[in-house]
Amino acid sequence: MDIKKSAPISVISIQGQNCTGCVTSTLCSEYPSIENLLLRDIIPGHKLEFAFHPNIMTASGKLAMEILENAAKKKGYVLIIDGAIPTASNGVYCITGEKDGRKYTILEETLKLSLDAMIVIALGTCASFGGIAAGNPNPTGAQSVGDVFSTNDIKTPLINIPGCPPHPDWLFGTIEEILTGGLENVQLDDFKRPKTYFGKLIHENCPNRAYFDEGKFAKKLGDEGCLYELGCKGPITYADCPKRLWNGRTNWVIGCGAPCNSCTSPEYPDFLGDFYERIIDLEVPANKRKAKIQENKFLGR
Amino acid sequence: MKKIVIHPITRIEGHLKVEAIVDNGQVKDANISGTMFRGIEIMLKGRDPRDSVMITQRICGVCPEPHAIASVSAVDDYAGLTDKIPKNGILMRNLILGTRSIADHILHFYILSGLDYIDPVKVLEYEGGNRNLNALKYFLQQGYSRPFLPRDDIDYKFDAKTTNTIVGHYIKALDIYRKSQQAATIFGGKWPHDAAIVAGGVTEKLTADKITEFIWRLEEILDFVKNCYLPDAIAVAKTYSEYLEIGRGCGNLLAYDSYRIKSNGNYNDTLLKGGLVDNIDKYSEIDINKITEDVTHSWYEDSEPLHPGSGETEPAPEKEAGYSWIKSPRYNGKVYETGPVADVLSTYFGKQDPYIINAVNSALSEIGTDISGMYSVAGRHLGRALSTEIMADQLLKWARELKAGEATAVEYIPPSEGKGIGLCSAPRGALGHWLNVKDGRIYNYQVITPTAWNASPKDKDGQPGPYEQALIGLEIKESSRPIEILRVIRSFDPCTACAVHMVTPKRDTIARYKIV
Repeated sequence: MDIKKSAPISVISIQGQNCTGCVTSTLCSEYPSIENLLLRDIIPGHKLEFAFHPNIMTASGKLAMEILENAAKKKGYVLIIDGAIPTASNGVYCITGEKDGRKYTILEETLKLSLDAMIVIALGTCASFGGIAAGNPNPTGAQSVGDVFSTNDIKTPLINIPGCPPHPDWLFGTIEEILTGGLENVQLDDFKRPKTYFGKLIHENCPNRAYFDEGKFAKKLGDEGCLYELGCKGPITYADCPKRLWNGRTNWVIGCGAPCNSCTSPEYPDFLGDFYERIIDLEVPANKRKAKIQENKFLGR
Repeated sequence: MKKIVIHPITRIEGHLKVEAIVDNGQVKDANISGTMFRGIEIMLKGRDPRDSVMITQRICGVCPEPHAIASVSAVDDYAGLTDKIPKNGILMRNLILGTRSIADHILHFYILSGLDYIDPVKVLEYEGGNRNLNALKYFLQQGYSRPFLPRDDIDYKFDAKTTNTIVGHYIKALDIYRKSQQAATIFGGKWPHDAAIVAGGVTEKLTADKITEFIWRLEEILDFVKNCYLPDAIAVAKTYSEYLEIGRGCGNLLAYDSYRIKSNGNYNDTLLKGGLVDNIDKYSEIDINKITEDVTHSWYEDSEPLHPGSGETEPAPEKEAGYSWIKSPRYNGKVYETGPVADVLSTYFGKQDPYIINAVNSALSEIGTDISGMYSVAGRHLGRALSTEIMADQLLKWARELKAGEATAVEYIPPSEGKGIGLCSAPRGALGHWLNVKDGRIYNYQVITPTAWNASPKDKDGQPGPYEQALIGLEIKESSRPIEILRVIRSFDPCTACAVHMVTPKRDTIARYKIV
């Protein structure tokens, strides 16, 4: 195979208030495998260079901080942020490193590193929308990367890849789209989510959809039928889980008989009602997508 | 006197900092600091108790399933379901937790700790047919080196041949990690953050093909555990034998009962026997009412050491005496270490299980050490590999006990009031969840994680936590590249998102819980 090689794209990964689940999820990427991503290419001819990644790099401490500084000098990198950004008390709730006695917060790093990035990817629901870390009453002032961008007037292109966790294909597929088709051609929805993966409701592709349409609802977990009455949030959740499946296509949430929690939604986890109760009329903050949810025809039942 | 600061500690879960005071090449004092804070438990207040199983998994994306198991056990306990869970439900929970723990240990040994002992750059001289090694060799030949370089040069001791073998396993470990998570997903729904674990059992319905698929997927993983992981952990202990003495720590271990197994017709026994092991080999039963949490050097408003969950804990990031977001759990006022070594040795001494005794003794005799060698950097890696091997054998047995078509969960009506406790062995050790329900909603929820035990700061009596004790006395060859400190810290497999997860508003005490 004759492949024209492009210059490697540098990837810098930094972590805020995270649980590392976004990393352990994407570490399970199958095609491309993480082995191929690290040692070979993301797609033949396109290489990613993992210039800074706290979970896999050899160096620690001062040397790690220097590596981060040097990586940022080469403009045009992909900046991946997982975890939310705490903004209360000048960001003291997440200190990521220290050099020559000076402490660095994830807030500072986000502001600084975003400026020279080609694209910033907010990976996971915490980075995309605040998620678990910003859960009510949000004592640390945790914000999404997008909120930090608006507050600080940062114009670097931003893509949100939510999910608790995000599917590895959602991340690497998006990067593949950027590398092969150009950033300007990646179609995003109102929440800056790539339409390729977040363009349709779970409900639209759900194998239990026929049960829903004929009104056959499971009354308890384990019953045959649609899980709507048991709290499934598939009717309001945008993601391609029913078609893509998880972990080497072995299973997925509704496939294992459990209701969808709507983990890719901006409202997750506070504004969706109980996980195991039927969706109720939602009280969603005005800046979220209340109007859209109310318009949703499935909620009028 | 010189102060060494390492921040960030990479190749761990989360945000951790070490400060060590070094005099004449020896660590005199050490402060371990968790530098990230969220606040998960407060979010649970007022929620449906069943939601805690999903929410608490999000404390940690490296080890979510122990949180699911501890949480669901607490909900089962409060709802009076513990003895009603169908056999399939118990077994599937064991299989999910066990398989994911194997994956976690493999990730830790190779991807997180491996680069402290093996030098992947040596693969440049590799001559052979291994596809992975040739991919790495070609990668290096082209001039690529991230994320392996830059690095500090350290004492890599393995010869070229052994290096190639273990580096090959490092790359293979990525594949095995993925495959282990896939296998467990057959029952759990997805990785990370399983969806199938619910109060009353597991939602996944069992069919013969799923059981068969799991067993055959497991086969390949078990082969790696027995023929790569355990031998490599033994090789590290033999080649870096000084690390059988280094990083001893507090010498006291704490573990909880975990993995329900059948005994006399019901599932009241556990594979791993909890307890305390004091001064290397003195076993005694554990009374979890003796657990307290101290905040003297944590960034929270001061209070007396309290039972987890009682009293008020408010964040105080400016507190002068504070140096960590991690609290200091203590048992009867004493410092305890938890983790796979604790699980293995508590079962070894507390249960006298011949299979476990044999597995431990034969590994120790191959290395040429005794039980005291388990209390060390190399001992912790070995303990983790041994617990993986013990688990691997059990998983196949449990998978064969599953019955396709039979119930996996029991139906129930959640009571409006009640309390529950859920304990289990997480990959990093003893994990406890405490639940209190009033008017059908969560009134109070508390979690004490293994890394809180291990990475805890000093307490009111000035007793350093286990990481700190393991560092004090450590000899550092070069203060500009203190690999010894990193090896000690990584041997514990830190998980700081787990260790720091709480805001505790004023609530009820858990001291009144009945332990069952």
